Amino acid sequence: MTRNTLLHPTRRNLLLTSGAGLLAAALPGHVGAQAAPIKIGFQLHRTGIGASYGRWYERTAQAAIKLINDGGGIGGRPVEILFEDDATDPKRGSEVVDKLTQSDGCDVVMGTLFSHVVIGSAPRAGELKVPYLVCSEGYHVASGMLNRWTLQPGITDVRSQIASMAPWVSANLGKKVTMIFPDFAFGHDHRDFFTAAMAAQGGEVIAQIAIPPTETSFTRYFPQIPAETEVLYHVMVGPAVLTFVKELGEFYGSGAKPPFFGFIDSLEAVDTATPGLEFLEGSYFWEGHNRVKPADAGEHEAAYRAAVGVDDNGASVSDTADVATYSHMFSTWETLFAIKAGMEASGYTGPTDRQKFVEAMEAMADLPYGIERPQGAKVFNGKTHQVFGTQNISQVQGGKLIRVHQTSMADGAYKDAVDYTTMSF
Amino acid sequence: MTFGPFLLLALMEGLVTAAVLALAASGLSLVFGVMRVVNVAHGAFYMLGAVLAWAVAQHVPGPAAIAFAAAIIVAPLVVGALAAATDGLILKRLNYDPEATIVATIGLLYMIEQATLSLYGPNANPVQAPFEWRIQLPWFGYSGYKLFVVLAACVVLLTLWAFITRTKAGLIMRATQVDRTTARSFGINVDRVYMGTFALGAGLAALAGVLIVPIQQAHYLMGGDTLLLSFIVVIIGGLGSLRGTLIAAIVIGLCDGVISMFFAPTLAKILATLLVAMVLVFRPQGLFGARS
Repeated sequence: MTRNTLLHPTRRNLLLTSGAGLLAAALPGHVGAQAAPIKIGFQLHRTGIGASYGRWYERTAQAAIKLINDGGGIGGRPVEILFEDDATDPKRGSEVVDKLTQSDGCDVVMGTLFSHVVIGSAPRAGELKVPYLVCSEGYHVASGMLNRWTLQPGITDVRSQIASMAPWVSANLGKKVTMIFPDFAFGHDHRDFFTAAMAAQGGEVIAQIAIPPTETSFTRYFPQIPAETEVLYHVMVGPAVLTFVKELGEFYGSGAKPPFFGFIDSLEAVDTATPGLEFLEGSYFWEGHNRVKPADAGEHEAAYRAAVGVDDNGASVSDTADVATYSHMFSTWETLFAIKAGMEASGYTGPTDRQKFVEAMEAMADLPYGIERPQGAKVFNGKTHQVFGTQNISQVQGGKLIRVHQTSMADGAYKDAVDYTTMSF
Repeated sequence: MTFGPFLLLALMEGLVTAAVLALAASGLSLVFGVMRVVNVAHGAFYMLGAVLAWAVAQHVPGPAAIAFAAAIIVAPLVVGALAAATDGLILKRLNYDPEATIVATIGLLYMIEQATLSLYGPNANPVQAPFEWRIQLPWFGYSGYKLFVVLAACVVLLTLWAFITRTKAGLIMRATQVDRTTARSFGINVDRVYMGTFALGAGLAALAGVLIVPIQQAHYLMGGDTLLLSFIVVIIGGLGSLRGTLIAAIVIGLCDGVISMFFAPTLAKILATLLVAMVLVFRPQGLFGARS
């Protein structure tokens, strides 16, 4: 006769099972904890107006995570990344921070590009006391607008980028500038800081044309450009960027036109050789990270491009029509390596060490060039929670963006506006 | 720029807006007029037209004009077929109940948008215009293709008008619009009329999408603005009145062009929405709609 031991345990069985259970519970907790992965949440623009950035941010982040895990993870623990779509929407953004932290149990949360989403999400990260590492370029981190839990260790902020452009623009292109920019926080940073930086160079911004962020037709704005404009400064974001540039070309047609200086945001994820963009030949662009591999590129450039799947022209290796958001996406890569460095420096073991992690990040300063920072060497300012690096100016030559100038870090320097380290957690 | 050329540019821009709007809104108006269905997915059909134009352009080799000609035939047909299937599978089963069809078409809108996001991707992709011709005026340059859009829209709308007023199929459509039950008792296959009308309405939206895509790029969210403006036009013109829709489209388009250029685009939108509110309060059937 057989007996079901589950329903009718023998005394020996019972003793054995409970003994095993006790042993498992008594085993030192850290054995399990060491094998458990570090979880990094990523607030991603998978849909909405930032979607073309989101796609490349995801690819870049995954490539960085692979490299980190291949090299032994963070402090010997493997790293896991969880992506959550924020629909490029501030309200959804803060919900995503909440979900990644509370439901998914992420150790830290990475923030994304569009500044309105970051500004909308940072307060929630502060309430949850979770480190929120953003890749948004905006000046909102260094301005003191956010909180001690929000850091931007992967990309130079817009204020510094813009300030470093002004000396070159006024010396090489002209003194009277007309600006066209999107009418929200990111565009306002451009408006305010470029106007100030030009004034410091003896130049002048003679007209500021703000365009609503959801606009799809632009010709109607161009008559506001004054005839005496010497340089046309443009920066545009969102899915309509190509329309913007095309209509600008149609508007000027074959007539006289001022030299154009644009931020590559106006053409991010767009092929510069697209029909209708021929008029851009000879115009200038700011680039964070050069889309077309410069002849004198650093030693890690090739390895980085191979890891993220981008060819020497800045398009996907599997589809040349799929142009990367190359000037911005390095920020996710560099932020992940900054997280690794911060966690290892603080001896991070779990969510209770989040404060130690932020303090270790604040203690960082020199960040040398390497595979961790393919865009270039940087300096992290622990007081303002902002990183600073060099910028590039490229010219469209034969339909391709060719680097013609690289700024120094001093070009983009400005006085600290905040000291987050004096704030409480 | 001096006042004259400035106004000229404003009017030209306004005409292009009006042309595309008239095409898209006439489809919406037709569907409501005949079927009493408020089609919230209309903007999605418009977007599909643009995305399909891109897809066709990828697969047709040779000069851009040939690819564009193929797109202008294929995209409205495919979208029309999809709409016909939607009608048979969803709307008919809901007995064209007004509330239920609104909810169903909202669902359809999301399904089409998300399917496009999955299959086509989040990028805005350009389609080459059939010809690259730029008019160079002394004050500014202007895209010749934009003027072609205005011309093409006029031709299509004239054809639509002739179809509705001069052909037997048009007569049957109008008969169904006036009284569905009586039409059925006269042997008209109302189900087929509905299916055809829904396909025609979607096809017109898709055609507008194909025409606009060389100017704007094909993007999966591009239908939102068009849907909103089409509703504004249709409400002002009078739901179901094709003549009202056309006049409203021209008024809204030109006002949008002129106000947004001399003042601000946001003001143009505010005024258009205000006009809708005023029409709804003082003349709910629309400026040209028949009182029911």
